[in-house]
Amino acid sequence: MGKLLLATLAVFLAPIVGGLIAGIDRKITARLQSRFGPPILQPFYDVFKLLGKAPMMMNPWQILTVWVYLLSSMLTVFLFFMGSDLLLIFFVMTIGAVFFVMGALSTQSPYAQVGAQRELITMLTYEPLIILVFVSIAMVTGSFKVSEVFAYGKPLLYQLPLMFIVLGYALTIKLRKSPFDISACHHAHQELVRGVLTEYSGPQLAIIEIAHWYDVVFILGLVGLFWATSAPGMIILLVVTYFAELVIDNVTARMTWKWMLQSVWCWGLALSVLNLLWLYAG
Amino acid sequence: MLKDWINKGRLKSPWVVHFDCGSCNGCDIEVLACLTPIYDVERFGILNIGDPKHADVLLVTGTVNHRNKHVLKNIYDQMPEPKAVIAMGACGLTGGVFREAYNVVGGVDKVLPVDVYVRGCPPKPEAIIDGVVLALEKVKAKLEAAG
Repeated sequence: MGKLLLATLAVFLAPIVGGLIAGIDRKITARLQSRFGPPILQPFYDVFKLLGKAPMMMNPWQILTVWVYLLSSMLTVFLFFMGSDLLLIFFVMTIGAVFFVMGALSTQSPYAQVGAQRELITMLTYEPLIILVFVSIAMVTGSFKVSEVFAYGKPLLYQLPLMFIVLGYALTIKLRKSPFDISACHHAHQELVRGVLTEYSGPQLAIIEIAHWYDVVFILGLVGLFWATSAPGMIILLVVTYFAELVIDNVTARMTWKWMLQSVWCWGLALSVLNLLWLYAG
Repeated sequence: MLKDWINKGRLKSPWVVHFDCGSCNGCDIEVLACLTPIYDVERFGILNIGDPKHADVLLVTGTVNHRNKHVLKNIYDQMPEPKAVIAMGACGLTGGVFREAYNVVGGVDKVLPVDVYVRGCPPKPEAIIDGVVLALEKVKAKLEAAG
């Protein structure tokens, strides 16, 4: 019963936390570029404004895909805080991402088409890595369940330091940060016109933004699993990881999808194999 | 209550799509100057968006001619309501020194309903920010009139 309450509470709080993180993200990014930056609440203003705009969709399919994306992101957060199975959570997350791409593919805009293809390639890049992270967590704790990870006595980071870096790659791709922001970059106006997001507008775009906040909370939850034993340790780990993401975003340029696939798979798989071998030998 | 929040959002996050109807690039450089750390319009939630479907404000520079007036109208029609139009620079206002050329239609207001005119050749970045603020005040007045 307590778990159910926690999970429901998490589903209500996640968009607020996600929005605040997005606001702090924009503020710190601006400070790193020696600008003043928007107010912390700016993402909320944006989303409310978008909710109030006149709907303008290409086809009814877009509405369905957007809602499935939001529901699957909400379900991911719900299942995570229920202490559910990591593999089940992964499949639910993938359904949302696939529907998001299908919405973009259902339109005839070349920008949305190119963005959708690139989004599919980014999914192809990060999903095997996330599966490997889950497998290694299961090798250490003996179970895929989130509740078992929380019950495990030691921080996972001691045994899975390389897997943490691999998760960092996946996190950067999922957050759409440089150098992996190839499908829907905030700044790629001239080249892609927001890629997958081109044909979504008004309320649909707002829902996508909220779903993205859920995704961010879920992925930070995954990062938190690596120091599940104490609350201060977990918070420090989350803050350091997110700040590192911001710095990487600001010091790197966007690269091509081929470079992303090659480098992330090479490094990700190499680090994963090393860490798994070490676990197996030790 | 949701309506209040939406109205607040409308005033606090104007996303601008910038269309150049063949200007000399002077106005466009000044628009880009607004994004630099000196002026940093992101402080006010103003973002330069490439996609008219995400935008709230259409910022037009340059002379409108018979060829690009269709493109301009098309971009305007792709923006979801509520939206505002800002015409910028001498050319955007009246056609400027090109106003008597055979191919020039004249100001942006010959094609679209313009809310705010920003004067200058080119206008200073301060004037452009002023223009967006003025457009927002018009939006606010419209919202208050609508209740």
